[in-house]
Amino acid sequence: MKKIIDTVETVVDQALDGMVVAYPEYLMRVPGTSVLARAVPKEDGRVGIVSGGGSGHEPAHGGYVGYGMLDAAVAGEVFTSPTPDQVYAGIKAADHGAGVLLVVKNYTGDVMNFDIARELADGDGIATEVVLVNDDVAVQDSLYTTGRRGIAGTVFVHKIAGAAAEEGADLGAVKAVGDAVVANMASMGFALTSCTVPANGKPTFELADNEMELGIGIHGEPGIERVPMMSAREVTNTLFQRLVGELSLARGDRVAVMVNSMGATPALELAIMTAHLNEFAQHAGIVLERVFMGEFMTSLEMAGASLTLLRLDGQRATRLGAVADTPALRIMQR
Amino acid sequence: MDESSFRQLWRSFATLIREHKDELNELDAAIGDADHGSNMDRGLTKVVDALEASPEGSLRADAKLVGMTLMGTVGGASGALWGSAMLKFAAALPDAPTVSWADFVAALDAFVQALAQRGKATVGDKTMMDVFIPMVDELQTALTAGEPPFDTVRSHAREYSERTYDMVAKRGRAAYLGERSVGHVDPGSRSSALWFEALGAVGP
Repeated sequence: MKKIIDTVETVVDQALDGMVVAYPEYLMRVPGTSVLARAVPKEDGRVGIVSGGGSGHEPAHGGYVGYGMLDAAVAGEVFTSPTPDQVYAGIKAADHGAGVLLVVKNYTGDVMNFDIARELADGDGIATEVVLVNDDVAVQDSLYTTGRRGIAGTVFVHKIAGAAAEEGADLGAVKAVGDAVVANMASMGFALTSCTVPANGKPTFELADNEMELGIGIHGEPGIERVPMMSAREVTNTLFQRLVGELSLARGDRVAVMVNSMGATPALELAIMTAHLNEFAQHAGIVLERVFMGEFMTSLEMAGASLTLLRLDGQRATRLGAVADTPALRIMQR
Repeated sequence: MDESSFRQLWRSFATLIREHKDELNELDAAIGDADHGSNMDRGLTKVVDALEASPEGSLRADAKLVGMTLMGTVGGASGALWGSAMLKFAAALPDAPTVSWADFVAALDAFVQALAQRGKATVGDKTMMDVFIPMVDELQTALTAGEPPFDTVRSHAREYSERTYDMVAKRGRAAYLGERSVGHVDPGSRSSALWFEALGAVGP
């Protein structure tokens, strides 16, 4: 393992401190916790938004704390959901008297730990709601299993629900906005390499030079299918067609897209994928209204990318374009 | 079971987890994210420290401390499951320095019910339930017949864990792999078997 770390045990703690040093105007660390909260809290009477999960997905989740997005982000160990006491500390930091929305990716551990934290908040009279993100279409949805998992599309939920909260929408309304984002969104990713979890010291899986893994999650875990290596055009087409099918997109539909690096894939390659995306969208008559390209939800140093499509209506488009000012995402009013 | 045996059980479990940490991480790498051993090790190290620092009083108080510590340090599904189930285990125990095996096994039954409620998994889903459900059944059956057969507890738990090898995961992160999860032992079932191994070591 070749990583710039001191000790495996202190990776997350040190990184959280580093975030505050880098972005003091945005972030403060709630003392004694792994919670990053807004340096300048939202005004009273507005719904708070908390997200979080394992570390290793940077800039998620602390990078999205700031005006127009999250009020607090809770960090777990690398690829391990945070514990209920930490999530609860995040809820308290985000509560400004109008309740708190939790954005939870659909992983067994995240769901359980956020649930226990909600029980703790109930005891203190803080109202909470959950938006469960399950945008990864690589995983078959089923009543009898864990269901689809949440990946990069989570950032769209932060953005759009965050905008609704800033407008002054109440807790039920902000949740409905978040749920609607999830219902109109689909993502899928691929990997060229795995990644090395610091505590484990070696790559989680191996891929030969002529192979890629389709349908990966965001934890260095194996995907759904191992396939021969494709060109940028082929892989972009494969993902795009799959997502268009999942969302039943038709000619004239407007979408926002996210082309997300898994950590090691450079912007150069993302831009090639994005250019192809435009070509396929034009061919299908789908309007690419907003493109987000870069590192949004990573899997340590995994090489690969994910693609997210979000169907837009007037309100979602407005909220996606609303002002946001966070370390990882800044949107100016056009 | 007296309090010193109960504490010994957790020290033994912590030692076994430490010894099997790499194995558990590797099992998790095959169908999950390669950290089950590290997470359990982090939590159990804290459990041993917490018990050490806490004066003896009752098994119930110890069990509650174990539950709170696991819930606050392990993280992931394992932390939530072990933590919340240990709190139910504690609540089901009589508040006494020594408890009967019948009380202990009844509390284990409450533990399993808490797992079922929180995790919604059952036998055959390729999870820790594939060890806990049949093992607690066995202990209950043995109790009604006389003493719990602690010699067989160890080997049986391992056997139940091995059976997850052929299963398709339906819960937890391994479930995303579907059929590709077949051919690997579930790491949560393996660590659960280690707990019964530790229990076997302190049993009569």
